[in-house]
Amino acid sequence: MAIVISKEIKTSLTTEVQKISGIDTRSCLQCKKCSSGCPVTALTKVHPSDINRGLQLNAGDTLFDSDLVWMCASCETCFERCPMKINMAAVMDALRILAVRNNASRQKGNVALFNKLFLKTVRMFGRTYDIGMIAAYKLGTSSYLKDTDKFPMMLLKGKIALTPSFKSDKKYTNRIFAKKHDRIKS
Amino acid sequence: MKYAYYPGCSADSTARDQYLSVNEVAKALNIELSELKGWTCCGSTPAHHTDKNLSIALPAANLLMAKKTKLDMVVFCAACYNRMKAANHEIKTNPKIRKDIAAVLGEDYDGSVKVHHFVEVLLKDIGAKKLQDAFSHSLDGLKVASYYGCLLVRPHDITQFDDPENPVSIDKLVTIMGGESVDWPHKVECCGGGFALTRTDIVLELSNSILNMAKAAGAQCMAVACPMCQINLDMRQGDINETKKRNYNMPVVYITQLLGLCLGVSPKKLGMDKCVVSPRPIIELVRTAE
Repeated sequence: MAIVISKEIKTSLTTEVQKISGIDTRSCLQCKKCSSGCPVTALTKVHPSDINRGLQLNAGDTLFDSDLVWMCASCETCFERCPMKINMAAVMDALRILAVRNNASRQKGNVALFNKLFLKTVRMFGRTYDIGMIAAYKLGTSSYLKDTDKFPMMLLKGKIALTPSFKSDKKYTNRIFAKKHDRIKS
Repeated sequence: MKYAYYPGCSADSTARDQYLSVNEVAKALNIELSELKGWTCCGSTPAHHTDKNLSIALPAANLLMAKKTKLDMVVFCAACYNRMKAANHEIKTNPKIRKDIAAVLGEDYDGSVKVHHFVEVLLKDIGAKKLQDAFSHSLDGLKVASYYGCLLVRPHDITQFDDPENPVSIDKLVTIMGGESVDWPHKVECCGGGFALTRTDIVLELSNSILNMAKAAGAQCMAVACPMCQINLDMRQGDINETKKRNYNMPVVYITQLLGLCLGVSPKKLGMDKCVVSPRPIIELVRTAE
């Protein structure tokens, strides 16, 4: 990956990532154990160690365009194997949070939309409601025809619930969302 | 033996078979699983993708419910297990987060509820001898690839489940049941997890490599302990065969379904009719190996 360093030094993203994740990436040695173990690097242009390098060199908002940001599967292999115990998975979380906050998430699959809808059903019902979430996601991404063969089979096998669950303490969940997460409105 | 049981959202939906088989196995072994009343979603990956405090407050709400029962918590879903352990860890090590979470929940939670995976309960609290005594059937002649995935074993500092690179807990259970647990390198590789809907291409790529390795190791089936791994490896197998030009026919079952069969529970009660790749060959083999 080519890292573009702009002349004007941007410290903001590196500081923001550290503020959200609580992780200091400066101790990264670039040993690349994270990138060797990462299951998606065969598919991505940018590797976890590149993200760390970018943060160290204040690459700034260009990091949001790294394909890894929304292709990272949060498997935590990077963190597990890091000799400096840098929680790279938490750094990736922080980058996604900031990408959404800065309207800078333009990635295939629209994982950010999926996350929003998932949490919306949790806020509404206290638990996930797969059918509602899948339908809304398909509407939002115009992917109506994808996996249409799966749905009747899942219904038939009782692998998906038609109605949401009403057994959870919804007031409790709603309170958690209202108090701590005003960006997700239900 | 009594535990507060947290089934997780998938138990009502894509992993109904996991819920059924855990309950059947617990019943047969006299493990009392008392389901937490009013449990809520742990937030899973979308929560930690979105807001750190939210990703801790959601599991902490359930841990607080468990604390009031004065029981240890038992979880089967690897993702829920991971989030519960992560919440406990954050609350115990970060006083600011503990304070923030207390403000959200309206009550202080100290991170003290012990969280166990059902596999840990079987190995530590029941043990090999009692399990063997309870089995009426055996997996004699069955080669099983034990698959752990990511969230049970990583990060080890937080989950404390077995060895993070070469876990053996599920392998042990397979051996106790009389089966052969194959030696293979993809035990803790990622299946693509939460990308099932959003980045199916990644799931197909990663799950293909796992199935490929299990097949090469001579496994006749895979035993899993995570609802996301199960559905990706099982329901997506047809898509993998089609797009990657493969011909897998690998049943992917929950370890509790194999245990249930050995305990003499009917396949229907274990939800084995819900598997997409037919587990019929395993069921027949267990019956003949009686």
